[in-house]
Amino acid sequence: MATTERGALESVLAAHEQEVYQDWIGQLRADGAFTSGRISEGELTGECARFLHLLREAVANGGVDVSGPAFAPVRDLLADVSRARAVQGYSPRETATLVFSLKQPLFQALARHSEGRFDPFKASWDIGAMIDRLGLHTMEVFQSSREQLIRRQQEEISELSTPVIKLWQGVLALPLIGTLDSQRTQVVMENLLESIVQQGAEMAIIDITGVPTVDTLTAQHLLKTVAAARLMGADCIISGIRPQIAQTMVHLGVELSVVSKASLADAFALALAKQGRTVTKIRAPATGSAAV
Amino acid sequence: MDRIPILKLGKALLVTIQVDMHDRLATALEEDLTAKIVSVGARGVLIDISALEIVDSFIGRMLDNIAAVSRVLDARTVVVGMRPAVAITLVELGLSLTGVQTALDVERGIRLIGLSPFEPLSDSEDDDGDSGG
Repeated sequence: MATTERGALESVLAAHEQEVYQDWIGQLRADGAFTSGRISEGELTGECARFLHLLREAVANGGVDVSGPAFAPVRDLLADVSRARAVQGYSPRETATLVFSLKQPLFQALARHSEGRFDPFKASWDIGAMIDRLGLHTMEVFQSSREQLIRRQQEEISELSTPVIKLWQGVLALPLIGTLDSQRTQVVMENLLESIVQQGAEMAIIDITGVPTVDTLTAQHLLKTVAAARLMGADCIISGIRPQIAQTMVHLGVELSVVSKASLADAFALALAKQGRTVTKIRAPATGSAAV
Repeated sequence: MDRIPILKLGKALLVTIQVDMHDRLATALEEDLTAKIVSVGARGVLIDISALEIVDSFIGRMLDNIAAVSRVLDARTVVVGMRPAVAITLVELGLSLTGVQTALDVERGIRLIGLSPFEPLSDSEDDDGDSGG
């Protein structure tokens, strides 16, 4: 029985590939796939023709077993196409429709040309299941490409936002921007500790002006960083706690048992004082034209 | 069994750990160091771990123990030159060595315990009496 059903799709595709192709393009055109402007008509029709061609070969070699080795070229093509779609910013619906819209042309071709040779229910069931699985495969690749994209951007952001600045001989500043999660804390901590070693810094100022919220978890991450820096022999000062955050921290019962200052300037002054330095005016500020 | 050498610098002891610590070595170091603090009347202990790359909770606890024992014997312990990876590991293990002072390198460590290594023992009059303790 299975051989005849395989034969249904195989013979229809072999004899009427061109017809199915025309129907499919028509279907896509009706769906508005050509008016999106993100892909040229030639490119899309080329993809369709290549897909149909590969599908015909796969069906001839491996029936409707989508996960089998005969379907590998088809799966690869779909993976490439949907990865490209994910990067170009297509919606999931548009990407899936490309595959699912093939169903109707195939059924039509089957109805027109089977001439009672095949069991129509069995054949359409097989074709439907095959298309569905190809569609799901497309979606899986689409999804994972999107996730990859997001992950890469996340990495870039965390790399970008953790610079360690040398303020003075032996004084480092680490302005934190954005939410502190455990992954970022790790990057921040490593960067800071490496810089402490490289520059022989005894003081590090962690400025959290750019951290939107401080909850118990964030506080814990900050304390970890401070503890690690202390183990290496450097003192940490936390600065830039905004008024609302200070209030929230007290309400939440978050304890930062480290030296903290309201502003980076205060923290810097303290760091210099600990080194036995101070900032003084060397003369009265210049008034009028005698500047510099 | 190999042992870690303990150098005497004036009133301070300097221990440089240059091999990977295993547990027996750590225990031996703890015993040797305690005996040496008493025999030379040391007031400070510098432990240089800048060459230590791998640390586990046992080593972490050993450092804490040495600091506690030294404190009992009136000597200050300074751990110097800890690597970033080691520091992160210890913090993740929950060992923040609160009883231990730290410094970036041996030079700063000596400054921290306030003992000049080049000062002979007999010159310091103020703690002659308790050095035998």
